[in-house]
Amino acid sequence: MEPLNALVSVTNFMLIPAFAYGSQLALGALGITLIYSILRFAHFAHGDTMALGTAAVIGGTFFLQTLGVSIHPLPTALLALPFGMLVLIGYLLITDRLVYRYYRRVKAKPMIFVMASLGVMFVTNGITRLFMGVSETRFEDGERFLFSVRDFREFTGLAEGMALRSSQAITIVTALIVMVVLFWFLNRTRSGKSMRAYSDNEDLALLSGINPERVVIITWAITGMLLVTAGTLYGLDKGFRPFNYFQLLLPMFAAAILGGLGSPVGAIVGAYIVAFAEMGVTYAWRRVFTYLMPEGLEPTSMMQLLPVDYKFAVTFAILVVVLLFRPTGIFKGKVL
Amino acid sequence: MNLTARDLGLFALMGAVLAMVGMFQSPQLAITILNMSLISAIMALGVNMQWGYAGLFNVGVMGFTAVGGLAVVLIAQPPVPEAWAAGGLGIMLGLMLGVATILAAVAVYKAMSPGKMRGAAIFGVLAVGYLLTSYVFGPAKSAVQAVNPASEGYLGGLNMPVILAWPVGAVFAAGVAWVVGKISLGLRSDYLAIATLGISEIVIAVLKHERWLARGVNNVTGIDRPVARPVELQPLPWVQSLAETLGWSLSQTASVVSGLGYAGLFLIVLGLLIWLAERALNSPWGRMMRAIRDNEVSARAMGKNVTRRHLHIFVLGSAVCGLAGAMMVSMDGQLTPGSYEPLRFTFLIWVMVIVGGSGNNWGAVLGAFVIWFLWVQVEPAGRWFMELVTSGMADGSDLKQHLLSSAAYMRLLTMGVALLLMLRFAPRGLIPER
Amino acid sequence: MDKPVLIGEAMTGGYGGADILHDCTIAVDKGQIAVIVGPNGAGKSTAMKAVFGMLKLRKGSVRLNDEDITGLAPQARVLKGMGFVPQTSNIFPSMSVEENLEMGAFIRRDDFHETMEQVYELFPILRDKRRQAAGELSGGQRQQVAVGRALMTRPSVLMLDEPTAGVSPIVMDELFDRIIEIARTGISILMVEQNARQALEIADKGYVMVQGANRYTDTGRALLADPDVRKSFLGG
Repeated sequence: MEPLNALVSVTNFMLIPAFAYGSQLALGALGITLIYSILRFAHFAHGDTMALGTAAVIGGTFFLQTLGVSIHPLPTALLALPFGMLVLIGYLLITDRLVYRYYRRVKAKPMIFVMASLGVMFVTNGITRLFMGVSETRFEDGERFLFSVRDFREFTGLAEGMALRSSQAITIVTALIVMVVLFWFLNRTRSGKSMRAYSDNEDLALLSGINPERVVIITWAITGMLLVTAGTLYGLDKGFRPFNYFQLLLPMFAAAILGGLGSPVGAIVGAYIVAFAEMGVTYAWRRVFTYLMPEGLEPTSMMQLLPVDYKFAVTFAILVVVLLFRPTGIFKGKVL
Repeated sequence: MNLTARDLGLFALMGAVLAMVGMFQSPQLAITILNMSLISAIMALGVNMQWGYAGLFNVGVMGFTAVGGLAVVLIAQPPVPEAWAAGGLGIMLGLMLGVATILAAVAVYKAMSPGKMRGAAIFGVLAVGYLLTSYVFGPAKSAVQAVNPASEGYLGGLNMPVILAWPVGAVFAAGVAWVVGKISLGLRSDYLAIATLGISEIVIAVLKHERWLARGVNNVTGIDRPVARPVELQPLPWVQSLAETLGWSLSQTASVVSGLGYAGLFLIVLGLLIWLAERALNSPWGRMMRAIRDNEVSARAMGKNVTRRHLHIFVLGSAVCGLAGAMMVSMDGQLTPGSYEPLRFTFLIWVMVIVGGSGNNWGAVLGAFVIWFLWVQVEPAGRWFMELVTSGMADGSDLKQHLLSSAAYMRLLTMGVALLLMLRFAPRGLIPER
Repeated sequence: MDKPVLIGEAMTGGYGGADILHDCTIAVDKGQIAVIVGPNGAGKSTAMKAVFGMLKLRKGSVRLNDEDITGLAPQARVLKGMGFVPQTSNIFPSMSVEENLEMGAFIRRDDFHETMEQVYELFPILRDKRRQAAGELSGGQRQQVAVGRALMTRPSVLMLDEPTAGVSPIVMDELFDRIIEIARTGISILMVEQNARQALEIADKGYVMVQGANRYTDTGRALLADPDVRKSFLGG
């Protein structure tokens, strides 16, 4: 029995990746929940918008690289983040102006907004692919590991190794910073409070002199920043393929619904639950149990509950359980 | 049926455009477009039932069509006796155990009072059930997949006439829809959207991964077709004389004839469905559905079980999508799970419905034709456009290469713009509801 | 007091279709309490909404401090010094009490902490619960938050749409006491009330409305004493 090795193994292959993935999902789910509480519709273009923002960051990264600009050991992409944000916020505001604003004005049903977001999804998808194609683009540079398996082994003397990829460390740190800043913004600033007020009670917000168009613009801007950050972190971690970003839609929605649509804290908690469930269920536990079980009783199978191809099934199962038993989510979304 | 002169004109125009494709591009292309348009029209009809009649937002069209396609394999393919011998029993038993586990969990949930005990009991049932199932299922699955994996490695089907697969595909899709609808109807309307989005991804994952079922990503090819293949037609004397009269090559004639055979079958199905859908729409039931759609609150207040009605229409619409999916697979003669993409099989259908006119069956059909035509033709048009744009550039330059290769994505853009423009400026579509 | 602070004069109009208000006049003097009572569907709330600009008038005018504001949007009227407390959803439930008050002062660019202090003095319970989400408070406390929110712009007129709907009699008495206190600070009060008898007791002026028109207009005490009013509207 070697519990320490088991712990190291599970941390290396399950906990760290899940934590990083959860952080990426959380930023995306926050965007969904914000749009939901302010514009009051399910934003189906979310994944593709994220891809577009990331594409802009990649473009910026390549440009910086040709200039020879680098912030080694950090990836150049971090330096290109502001550029990507500017591009994406601009894009979101233009789509809002051209598409959504009209439906707000005529007070269209939420489903019409969703339809419109489908159209935007197509367009965004097309634009992203025009620039990036469909194949995988890798744009990670800088130091690959904070510490590698070998470093760890040499340092601890354990048989099992553990590595911390810099993209994972950056993801976790960045996500935490972004979340702190977002909550500070929502809870402490006048604009943030006006957003919450608008989400709480639209009519009373109007009565109090809050300008809805301003709130909407702020919401898109924040969403843009969240999406670019989330998408870039995801791309650094796993490489950039537009279709993968589209597929993030389901886990992001699941996270937002699980936490309670409209609740930012819920979106974050939901995202980590989804991420850990996805990883935990599709992770082959054999190694861990080999360390944990007494000799001679080691498992022979992979000890994997579901193949990795079914990670969406895990997300979906979570979604089903939430819809069946607590449709308002963990943190009681305001609107149902 | 109530088509105005304008509607008929639109259809005639569409027909003329297709005829022009036949004349100026190639007859085969025109027939291919026609056949896919007919299938798309049936999918659009299914979506239109859900959205147009009841306001249900189904984002899982892809899943329902794929399940319908699976039916073709399971019905028409010959069984693989070695595979059945190797693990057929185990797989069947495993499936039954899986179902029994879920039923047992539900029974425990209903029988016990809420509390920690119930949670633990359900968890226990699920855990034991999972272990039992995988104990039985796992080895059987491996055994089946090991049987002649290059060409088989799956259980095969029932070796029945392929036409039978069409209604069966509808039933499969209906079954999946029932489960999804049971869970997510009656909640916020966007929850159904998200749930269907999820189920369609899962259906595709299952099709790709469960090789014992339909060979997964290895694809099942050479499935029986309901219409003679061009190769089989070529030796026939009447086909040969037809080719001579038209002055076409024999292979071209044969493929056009074969395609027209499909078109005939599809037209019959489409006609039947429209007839049924129109009758239903104008029956008391259809009026009630629309009343519910237009004012759910008052319909509820009048004692209508709205959720139940929604479940009916959701299952029906999904069944129609499943039927179309089965038809498509039997036309292609192959099931290729890797080719199912949500943009193509879910969202494109939505564009068809919105552009055609939600709430109007004829509109959905016309929308399917128009959008499928654009979908096929925008790519060459985009290519032509890109060639025009890049004609001044030096050959072999990276930018030129990139622009030319990305022409394919122009159609996504075009579809999105078409959808947005329709939604904004003609939200009732080409043939509005009346 | 020759000129009323706020007057909606000869108002006629409705929500698009048929007129709901017919030549209806509502006014309130400085530091006074005016109460609109009447049977259900008499157009009481509509009259108040008309004064606040949430309803398009076909005829008549609204004047605040002798300025014609008939054409102004509700938000603009808030800037001019009108405070409005809707009957329902009149707070931001997920925000704390203090944030609710801050949002009330959203259009103010100056320091509003003094006003907040005054609100806390008026409703001491709110000071104790300032960090709590307003949605978690009891019905009476929520009404206090709602009134406090409207006071944050330092309005010259405070309009209340059935402030005591759904609260217990004890809470109602307390709310009325507070409303009197607010009036004493010089703020004019215009309110619609279901609890006609209690409301008229504190009213300087009462309007009995029937079918969108003024039926009786007098001081609150006089209306309470009027046998016709008693018989028809106050249940004997």
